[in-house]
Amino acid sequence: MDFLSLTNLSKTFGAATAVEDFNLDVEKGEFVSLLGPSGCGKTTTLRMIAGFELPSTGKITVDGEDITNQPPNQRNVGMVFQSYALFPNLTIGQNIGFGLEVRKMPKPDIQKRTLEMLELVHLEKHINKYPYQLSGGQQQRIALARALAISPRVLLLDEPLSALDAKIRVELRLEIRRIQQTMAITTIYVTHDQEEALSLSDRVVVMSQGHIEQIGAPTDIYNDPSTEFVAQFVGQLNMIPVTEVDLRKGTCILAGQRVKFEPSPNQIISSEPRLAIRPEELHLGTGEGRNALQGRVESVQFLGSVVRLRVHVDSAIFSADLFNERRITLPRAGDEVVISFPEQSCWLI
Amino acid sequence: MKRRSFWSWVWIVLGSLYFILPLYSTFDFSLREKKGVLSFLSYKNVFIDPNFWDTIGFSLEIAIFTIIVSILLVVPTVYWIRLRLPQLRGILEFISMLPFVIPAIVLVFGMIRVFSGAPFFLTDTYFGTYALLVAGYVVLALPYVFRAVDTGLAAIDVVSLTQAAQSLGANFGTILIRLIFPNLKVAILSSAFLTLATVVGEYTIASFLVGIKAFGPYMSLIGQNKTYESSSLAIISFMFTWSFMGLIQLLSRGKAASTSLAGAR
Ligand SMILES: Nc1ncnc2c1ncn2[C@@H]1O[C@H](COP(=O)(O)OP(=O)(O)OP(=O)(O)O)[C@@H](O)[C@H]1O
Ligand SMILES: [Mg+2]
Repeated sequence: MDFLSLTNLSKTFGAATAVEDFNLDVEKGEFVSLLGPSGCGKTTTLRMIAGFELPSTGKITVDGEDITNQPPNQRNVGMVFQSYALFPNLTIGQNIGFGLEVRKMPKPDIQKRTLEMLELVHLEKHINKYPYQLSGGQQQRIALARALAISPRVLLLDEPLSALDAKIRVELRLEIRRIQQTMAITTIYVTHDQEEALSLSDRVVVMSQGHIEQIGAPTDIYNDPSTEFVAQFVGQLNMIPVTEVDLRKGTCILAGQRVKFEPSPNQIISSEPRLAIRPEELHLGTGEGRNALQGRVESVQFLGSVVRLRVHVDSAIFSADLFNERRITLPRAGDEVVISFPEQSCWLI
Repeated sequence: MKRRSFWSWVWIVLGSLYFILPLYSTFDFSLREKKGVLSFLSYKNVFIDPNFWDTIGFSLEIAIFTIIVSILLVVPTVYWIRLRLPQLRGILEFISMLPFVIPAIVLVFGMIRVFSGAPFFLTDTYFGTYALLVAGYVVLALPYVFRAVDTGLAAIDVVSLTQAAQSLGANFGTILIRLIFPNLKVAILSSAFLTLATVVGEYTIASFLVGIKAFGPYMSLIGQNKTYESSSLAIISFMFTWSFMGLIQLLSRGKAASTSLAGAR
C-alpha cells in the first residue's frame, strides 16, 4: 500500500495551469525528488501536499487518509523552506520545540525531544542562541530539526539548499539524506538542481510545464530518458541530425559517415531524426566495434576532473567529456582527431 | 571640505537657535513669577493644583485605552493584508493617512452628530463618551500606528513564517500571540509612545467631548488665565513628550544594533 498518493492532481490560477493531471504514489520511507525548470509547478505541487494551496481537482491521501481539504495545521506534514523561515524572536531551542509546544506536550518531554533533534543535526551547543547568530547552513539544519521534531508523516523540502554556497550545499545534502534514512521518513524534495535530485533520491519525478515527464530511479532517468525533454534537461546531451535511418538494421548516416546504433524496429521517429549521445560516452581514438568519426577539435575546456572538448564533425558539433589524468596529453584546438563510441551508447530520437 | 563643514556648522547653529531660543525664553519666563528672583514657584503652583493631576491622569488613562485598541485593531489587520490581500495594502495606507487631511474638528463634529443621537446615544453616559473619545483618538493615531506596524511586518517574512508555523500545527491565534506580536515589539512600543504623546496633548476632540476633564483643554485654560504657570506647563509637557521620544530612540537603537549584527553575517 502506498503511503502518500497524489491522484489526478491539478491546480489552475485563473486561466493559467500550474499543475496538470499529476499522479504519484510514494512508499513509506521513500525519498522522491521533483525536478524541473523554473515555473514547471514543483512548488505548487508541494504546497498542495502541505495544504497551503487547494487543488483544483484531484485527491491527496496519506496513509489511507484523505487530506485533500484538511487545513495545513492539521496535516502533520513537516516543511522546510528555501528561506529557512526560523522564528526570529525565539531561540534555537524554542524554535525546535515550537511544534511540540503547540501540541501541548509536557515541558520535560519537549526538552528531551529538542535535545535529540539538536544532536541529530550536530548543533547542541547553539540551543540558546537566536537564529540571526547562526550561519545559513546552520539555520537550515535547525529548520530541518524543527520540521522533524513533530514526527511528521511526510517531510517536504522546497529548494532547501539553494540559498547556500556550493560547499555547504553538498555537505548538507549528504546530511539530509543521512537523517532521512535514519528516521525512515517519507520525503518529497523540490529542486531544479539535477545533481541534487540524482544524488539524493530513491526516485526522481521530472516535470515540465505542469505535467510529469518521467518518474524513475536516478539511473533510469539518466540512462533511459523516456522523452526528449528529460534527455535534454537531465545531464548533457549531443543531438546530431542524421539521414537514411534504418531502424531494423540500426544504421544511419551522420555527416556523411555511417553510424550504427542498437536496432529498434518498433520505434517511431520524428521527421527530423537525430542521434542522441552523452558527452561522457565519447572517446578519443578508435576502438574495436565502435563507431568512429573523423573530426577537428574546436575548443578544449579544462574543468578539473573532467576535460570538455568541442569537436566538429563536418557541420555537426559534438561535446565530448574526458576524465582528467595526471599525465594526460590534451589535444589542442585545430587538431584532427577521431572520436568513437559503442553502438549501445547512442539512441535515436 | 573645510568650506562644507563651515557651512554645515552655520546651519546647525541657526537651526538650533530657531529651536532653542523660544524654548529658552519660555523657560526663563516661567522662572520669574516671584518679582526680582528666579524661582520654581510657577512649577510648584502647577504641581500643587489637583486639576493638573486629575486631568493628566485622565488623559493618560484614555491614552492607554487608545493604544490597546489601536494595536489590537491594526496589528491583525495589517498582518492579514500582508498575508492574504497584499493588493489592498495601498487602500489601507490611504485610509491611514486620512487623519492628516481631515481636521480633528470635522472628525469630532461628525462623531457627535452620528453617535450622540438615536440609536447610539453614546454621549448620554460617561462610558459612552469616553468610548467615543478613545475611538476618535484611535483614528488620530492611525497614521503612526499603521506606519510603525507596517514597517515592522515588512522586516520579517510574514508569509513563510506563517506557513512554517502552520505546518508545525499552529493556528492563527497562536501565530499572532507567539510570533507576530513579539516580533513587532519595537514597532508597537514606538507607536504606543507616539500615540501617548498625541493623546495627552490633544485639544480639539477632548474639549468637545469631555472639556476640562482632559489635559489638553486644561492646558489651554491655564494659558488663558495664568501667565507664568502656562509657561511652566508648556515646559513640563515638552519634557514629557521629549522623554518619550528619547525612549523610542533608545529602544529602536537597541533593535538596530541587533539587526546589524544579523546583517553582518
Ligand atoms: N499564487 C499564484 N498565483 C498565480 N500564479 C501562480 C501562483 N503560484 C504559482 N503560480 C504560477 O504557477 C506556475 C508554477 O509555479 P511554481 O512556483 O510551482 O513553479 P516552480 O516549479 O516551483 O518554479 P521555481 O523553480 O521557479 O520555484 C508558474 O507559472 C507560476 O507563475
Ligand atoms: Mg519553486
